Amino acid sequence: MRVELDGLSKAWDGVVGADNITLDIADGDLVAFLGPSGCGKTTTLLMVAGIYKPTAGTISFDGVVVNEVAPKDRHVGMVFQSYALYPHMTVFGNISYPLRIQKVNKEEIRERVQKVADMMGIGHLLDRKIAQLSGGQQQRVSLGRALVKEPEVLLFDEPLSNLDARLRLTMRGEIKRIQEDLGITSIYVTHDQVEAMTMADKIAVMSEGVLQAYDLPEDLYDHPKTLFVAGFVGNPPMNFFDVEIMSSNGGFHAKSEAIDLALPDDRAQKAAVAKGNVVMGVRPEDVYLVDDTAPPSEGSTLSASIEVVEPLGREDLVGVTIGDVQLRVLVDKTKGARVGDNVELAFDLSKVQLFDPESEKSLLWK
Amino acid sequence: MTVSQAAPQSQAFKPKLMGGKKTGRRFAYAFLILSIVPILIGYTWLVIATLSTRTEGLLPRDAEGGIGGFTLRNWDFISDGAIWSAMFNSFLIAVAMVIGVGIASTSGGYALSRFKFPGRKAFLTGTLVLHAFKAEMLLIAIFFVLRWLGGIPLIGGYIGFNTVGGVALVMIALELPLGIWLMKGFFDALPWDMERAALIDGASRFRVWWQIMLPQVRPGIAALALFTFIAGWNAYLVPFTFTIGTKVTNMPVFLNQLISDTAPVNWNQVAAVGLFQMIPLIIFFLFTQELLLNIYAGGSKGT
Ligand SMILES: Nc1ncnc2c1ncn2[C@@H]1O[C@H](COP(=O)(O)OP(=O)(O)OP(=O)(O)O)[C@@H](O)[C@H]1O
Ligand SMILES: [Mg+2]
Repeated sequence: MRVELDGLSKAWDGVVGADNITLDIADGDLVAFLGPSGCGKTTTLLMVAGIYKPTAGTISFDGVVVNEVAPKDRHVGMVFQSYALYPHMTVFGNISYPLRIQKVNKEEIRERVQKVADMMGIGHLLDRKIAQLSGGQQQRVSLGRALVKEPEVLLFDEPLSNLDARLRLTMRGEIKRIQEDLGITSIYVTHDQVEAMTMADKIAVMSEGVLQAYDLPEDLYDHPKTLFVAGFVGNPPMNFFDVEIMSSNGGFHAKSEAIDLALPDDRAQKAAVAKGNVVMGVRPEDVYLVDDTAPPSEGSTLSASIEVVEPLGREDLVGVTIGDVQLRVLVDKTKGARVGDNVELAFDLSKVQLFDPESEKSLLWK
Repeated sequence: MTVSQAAPQSQAFKPKLMGGKKTGRRFAYAFLILSIVPILIGYTWLVIATLSTRTEGLLPRDAEGGIGGFTLRNWDFISDGAIWSAMFNSFLIAVAMVIGVGIASTSGGYALSRFKFPGRKAFLTGTLVLHAFKAEMLLIAIFFVLRWLGGIPLIGGYIGFNTVGGVALVMIALELPLGIWLMKGFFDALPWDMERAALIDGASRFRVWWQIMLPQVRPGIAALALFTFIAGWNAYLVPFTFTIGTKVTNMPVFLNQLISDTAPVNWNQVAAVGLFQMIPLIIFFLFTQELLLNIYAGGSKGT
């Protein structure tokens, strides 16, 4: 089922939940909604489900506007963040509920519930009460309940946020596999960027009710179109500096009091046409500590002093200052970064991002 | 006082020993037992009094003043049809109230908790203010309403003045503010997601209310049923005012008729009738309490 949102908005006298959201979801795709808390992800999802009535705009399924269609007739399944299971029913009671409402015959209900439960790995728990299940098992029940009626659209509202990291990893793969196998068009709301990056065919980034970007995962990361997206996608977040672009002896330089870096021509040219002053963005993983093994190219190094070292396990997240500019750098643990060290930093400037400081739009990608 | 002070002290001295805990519990029991002694004495007197001609303190006396005088005469009323009809009326009023208040409160409480509609706030504050009016203040107005109801063709004969239906109707109305607010509170405490899930699963609003929401508020329904039944069973003022004649007398009114101004009152008989009135209530209470405990223990633990 193709899902289209067109100018979709929701407001409660003064409070804006979602503002003019327009996006298309291709049949069978999984789209992740990513954004900070309170940005309107759940609101949008509930409008698609038919629980909230949009203040403006339309929702279409396969080209048919469904704004006035009741939730029960939309053929959607939804997995809630809180699981929203029926505590007075057994696992079987929960999963079979949608089918019992449809008055499917007993024999078939048994069969379909068993099949879905087996797929979820909870086939042996059907007689349990909900309170007797672990969080992960409850999550599977809730997924099973959404799947059993074979919906044409699946909505996930942060389904994994209550699980431990390890279980989240397994469930992530499982959900993706089931979604792909069944080919159900899905919207997947999450806070977790890794989840969005790994599972989604496309990602919608939202902030304060507004759709900021709607792109392929790799495009969001490599070609962010706005400052917000660049800062929000990627963990740890991108470093930003105010610089001026100057051309000197044939090349371009990004300059401020503390910084002087040679920019690659293709990127700098696009930016320089527009403005002298820009915001430059560099990801923490695109900065290296200079050592003997790989001599850096001309004009891509700055000296800095280390202020903080946060061990992340495989790598250290190192906070450094260059003059009055601060930035964060991911450094291999073997380099043994120590607070107070003075180091030489090399920048991979082929991946530098440049933004207009006023419109906050990218100067590189349209 | 000494009891309640001693308990925490003994715990403080040996916090890790089992003995400390036990002593604390013993004191707690002692305190509880002490505090119910006056009530127990009262009930003991009640039982003794109903079985004797005359009492002096807790001691039954016979005609000569010696201990004894056991008699079943005070219970003679059991063979009288009037008490059974009074009891039946009490029962009718109480059951009608439980059903009426139950249905109106669970549906009204749900609507007030979940739906936005014009006048919702005014209704909520309005019912609360109405609840502050004592029934006595409204008796005359209610009389006119009941007379008017009695004039309605077909059903007027069941819900008008001087009918059990009319009394039940008035009692239901008086009980509703409490019931609706109580149930609204219970519904307010439930998460929205559960009913959203049910709506998406294909349930209608009514089905959501009936199959998903009501089971979550069973403790509230049980508590409300208990309060309402007791209120109906013990109802005195409204039945006394709006029923004339023995045909529609209920238990409290019947009891009051025994205490007449003109003839000497047989208090032992009054005690017997009082005890008799309590019996169904005790049975009902035991039953509901069990249910309440079951519901709480079984728990609607979950999200
Ligand atoms: N029923 C409502 N009435 C009024 N305002 C609401 C209602 N539901 C949501 N909002 C507001 O709309 C905005 C978006 O809320 P929403 O629940 O969609 O956020 P979210 O992106 O799902 O956040 P989170 O990640 O924390 O779940 C918030 O500012 C919220 O306060
Ligand atoms: Mg949300």
